[in-house]
Amino acid sequence: MLNFSKINVLSIYLIFFFISIFSFLNFQNSNQFFEKKINLGLDLQGGSYLLLEINSDSLVEEKLQSKVIPLKKLLKDNNINYSNFKINEKTLSLTINNKDKFELLFNSQKNNPINPYIDNYRAFELEYKNTNSNKIEIFFSKFGLLTINNAALKQSIEIVRRRIDDVGTKEPTILQRGEKRILVELPGLKDPERIKTLLGKTAKLNFRLVSDNNEFGTDSLISENGEKLKVSKRIIMSGENLIDAQPNINNQNNEPTVSFTLDRLGAQKFGRTTTDNVGKRLAIVLDGEIVSAPNINEPITGGSGMISGNFSFQEATDLALLLRSGALPTPLLVVEERTVGPDLGEDSIKSGLTSLVVGFILVILFMLYKYKVFGLIANTALIANLLMLAGILTILEATLTLPGIAGIILTVGMAVDANVLIFERIKEELKTEKSIIHAFDTGYTKAKITVLDANITTLIAAIILFAFGSGPIKGFAITLAIGIITTLFTAYFLARHLTSLVVLNNRNKEVKI
Amino acid sequence: MTNYSFSSRFKQANIFSLILFFLSIIFIGFKGLNYGIDFKGGTLIELRSKNIEISSIRNILKNMNLGDINVKKFGKEGDYLIKVEQTGDNNKFIPKIKKKLTDNLNSEINFRRVENVGPKVSAELLQSGIIAISLSLVAMLFYIWVRFEWQFSIGSIIALFHDVIITLGIFSILSLEINLSIIAAVLTIVGYSMNDTVVIYDRIRENLGKYHKLNISDIANLSINETLARTIITSVTTLLALFSIFILGGEILRGFSFAMILGVLIGTYSSIFVASPILQFFKVSYKTLEKEEEKIVP
Repeated sequence: MLNFSKINVLSIYLIFFFISIFSFLNFQNSNQFFEKKINLGLDLQGGSYLLLEINSDSLVEEKLQSKVIPLKKLLKDNNINYSNFKINEKTLSLTINNKDKFELLFNSQKNNPINPYIDNYRAFELEYKNTNSNKIEIFFSKFGLLTINNAALKQSIEIVRRRIDDVGTKEPTILQRGEKRILVELPGLKDPERIKTLLGKTAKLNFRLVSDNNEFGTDSLISENGEKLKVSKRIIMSGENLIDAQPNINNQNNEPTVSFTLDRLGAQKFGRTTTDNVGKRLAIVLDGEIVSAPNINEPITGGSGMISGNFSFQEATDLALLLRSGALPTPLLVVEERTVGPDLGEDSIKSGLTSLVVGFILVILFMLYKYKVFGLIANTALIANLLMLAGILTILEATLTLPGIAGIILTVGMAVDANVLIFERIKEELKTEKSIIHAFDTGYTKAKITVLDANITTLIAAIILFAFGSGPIKGFAITLAIGIITTLFTAYFLARHLTSLVVLNNRNKEVKI
Repeated sequence: MTNYSFSSRFKQANIFSLILFFLSIIFIGFKGLNYGIDFKGGTLIELRSKNIEISSIRNILKNMNLGDINVKKFGKEGDYLIKVEQTGDNNKFIPKIKKKLTDNLNSEINFRRVENVGPKVSAELLQSGIIAISLSLVAMLFYIWVRFEWQFSIGSIIALFHDVIITLGIFSILSLEINLSIIAAVLTIVGYSMNDTVVIYDRIRENLGKYHKLNISDIANLSINETLARTIITSVTTLLALFSIFILGGEILRGFSFAMILGVLIGTYSSIFVASPILQFFKVSYKTLEKEEEKIVP
């Protein structure tokens, strides 16, 4: 175990050199060639972490509602009589006279207007069941629900990204988490309230006429100045037809307003409605609340308009942002939120580093006291270990968290174990073995299995922690796991080579551990 | 090499361990664990301000009808930690609390940390924490079973249970908070304690093969003594690092490092006084090893 070929020695030091050199990349400000760095976690640099959850229940109801008219038409076109047509949250129920014909239509794979076949899942969007003789219930299949959910999640992520980009925070992270959640990380953000408010609104915008006309039904809504208004359920135009929205100051009364531009279809619809309804009031409804309900004084055919509604400038800016980014398909719920102020992050770095340095010095002094020359070797290995650990973290561009720093300190404490195991074993061998070289050799050989066994157990714990831990804890698991690997390398290659140098150069003298 | 008679103390140590173990279970069962917001849901606000009284923070929040509120000093002078149990929809009350405190306390307030965990997420976090700990125990059981014989596997897993339960029991007795970092600490303790046990077991296995005439309690005693220097030195270096975190690492890492310190002490103790006597209980001898070899090579 003490004989190293030149190639072995060369490769040990080359590996050490190439990995540890990366750790120095963290100390330079910028480099065109290698832009790798250890990232600081939100708990160290400060910032906000938000976990958002979509709720597709309302979407499922909406989607089911949209099936009603095509379904009725299909039944009529095929001369199937139906009665007791009812819609109840997530199921449609009806009684029909020709079940077989219905089944054929319902489960046709081609050009099915009400129940499309989803190729990805090889399943239909809807399912139905027979409750009694002629009564059937229609509802979304498992895959139908999944399709709705996934589309909503994808769209939500897109809208969240647009809104956050529009606010202009630095380097936001927006990721899907599981089937219903979106993870948002906003480094450096001190107060997430504005973002939370912006993400908390679906921003569904409708233009509807104020009228008593009952043809489409009406909603009773309160206007911006407290008036109770009856608003037609018929939607003239929605936020989807908006191309742009900007905050403005109205020249006449200096009030903040939001001006908007419509696409061609929107401009047509808007032009027609305003032409036909001069003198009536138009309600601008956002998320079920009236923003304003101005009089239509003249036809608006230019494809642009203005919303005024007693806004502050901030409110006008936010409304314009929401309208520009588009509506969220479902409301988002903040299910987890963690914000760390920048000064706490700085304090954490400071205390983390202080304890690292102090822990490191204590361990080094203890090892020197305990093993003298060989303590020096163990300490050299320990320093090499830390450099390699930092190097690998840099190569992986890992995120360093406060628990991650704790993991490094713990590695310092536990890393020397491998060398302690070996040195103690050699001590024992030296008692019975006359040849010093032989004693060292057997010491290394016999301790090898134990060192491996002992470290693999900790590695298993670290891997499980990485798989199940969240956020900062993952950072701890990473440093712990990498620390074990660098420990094995430095103890078994670097320290062993240094030991062999000491032993082989003193082969005729007495060597004591 | 030292020559202490550990095996003569096994019985006393086991009674001591059993008492601690069941006391811990009783405390965990009846008093329960003091879960933090990670596992119980709720809101945590850490703030820093000069010249304010803890009672004035309490009074201001009391009038807000937020349900159970806990305000305490946290680390340095002027740092406070507020915990609110209520988990409202979309956390609309967080800005309200901030505003109310800013308006009513005649001092500048720095909100250093705000955390909110909803009931669904906290339940999931608790579940994945329990799964992680259970899975690590199973993985250790399996690893030792592969590397040693089943008696060793049982011995080491009982030692691990012993460590985890007593650590949690002490947290229950002292009403210390259990949060995500404590789960990380417990898993690391599992790794560390296993590490310690493996070193002694390795030596026991080696000595079983070497000295056929010695019985298991002598073998255990010899092996513990042979590895004692290493056991102590490694514990010392690990504890040096941990005390450094405990004292200098700041308030956030204090619970974590405390759990780890407990774990290292209990883990070291259990490798000697729990894991080894169990081999004695199973009457492990060199024949146990031979039987296994026969099985592998038919």
